[in-house]
Amino acid sequence: MSTTLWIILAGAVLTYLTRVGGHLVLSRFEHIHPRVEAGLNAVPAAVLTTLVAPVAMSAGPAELIALLVAGLVSLRGSMIAMFLTGAAVLIVLRQLLV
Amino acid sequence: MSAEAISENPAARDFWRGFRLGVPVVVASAPFGLLFGALAVANGFSVFEAVLMSAAIYGGASQMVGIELFGARVAPWLVVLSIFAVNFRHILYSGAVGRRIRHWPPARQALAFFFLVDPQYAEAEIKGERGEEVTFAWYMGMALPIYVCWVSEAWIGATFGGLVPDPHALGLDFLLPIYFLGLVMSFRNRPLWLPVVVASAIASIIAYNTVGSPWHVSIGALAGILFAAAMPIRASEEPS
Repeated sequence: MSTTLWIILAGAVLTYLTRVGGHLVLSRFEHIHPRVEAGLNAVPAAVLTTLVAPVAMSAGPAELIALLVAGLVSLRGSMIAMFLTGAAVLIVLRQLLV
Repeated sequence: MSAEAISENPAARDFWRGFRLGVPVVVASAPFGLLFGALAVANGFSVFEAVLMSAAIYGGASQMVGIELFGARVAPWLVVLSIFAVNFRHILYSGAVGRRIRHWPPARQALAFFFLVDPQYAEAEIKGERGEEVTFAWYMGMALPIYVCWVSEAWIGATFGGLVPDPHALGLDFLLPIYFLGLVMSFRNRPLWLPVVVASAIASIIAYNTVGSPWHVSIGALAGILFAAAMPIRASEEPS
């Protein structure tokens, strides 16, 4: 079996476990420790930040401005609006700045 | 079949009520479903593998993280671990939604949990909090259109994404960081969001420049999580 298939299937099994596991495990506890809950709450933002911050540090001006504008749009607009605006700014600036 | 006949059958009525809630999710997720297919192929997946990933994992953010790290030649187990980490939040959804569907037969519960994506969780919670019963027909009525479209979009994106003449000019190589930033921002109402993001950002940048990729993902994430867990308890008592 290829590496890609292995990654997909293992990722699928673990993902299903997260979707069924909360019901099977957390429902047995009356109370989740507040520190554990605070840690769990932080997981998505913590993981996703690591996929942006180092890339932003090594990015050029077009990419940085696109990120900045997209970030500002996301404060008010929807996910789609922020994404399309960021992509548009990136494409235009890449044509202009070369 | 007339509209009256549909409304006389409670299961069919519930199904179409759920279906209507699924439509806006289909529209909003379509660009990302297509983008996933295109980027998966650009990162070395075959069309079949791209479709299989959407069909088997069915979690947009984690799929994007998976292909990004795969394209960066990260060790396979670390790619899998990162997919798991991004999807870890589902444990909380599962615990919450599980209480609302406890009366279903176990096989139906097992099936429903597969489709537990963010909007599905949100709508089930809203329905449950209104005091309405979360029925299987309603749940699947919402889940099926989203799922079928998501998988189809991976196929369309993977098939036609390779036809793009100049990926750099279209910014394809930098769309994922923008997308991930959007996801980071979408969690900004959670307690401790800003300090967690700052801690993870600093730790991941330092790790990226010292230990090197791919460890900046695990180290940066761990820094933010430990920081949140170590903070005074008060903040975590606020509803997230």
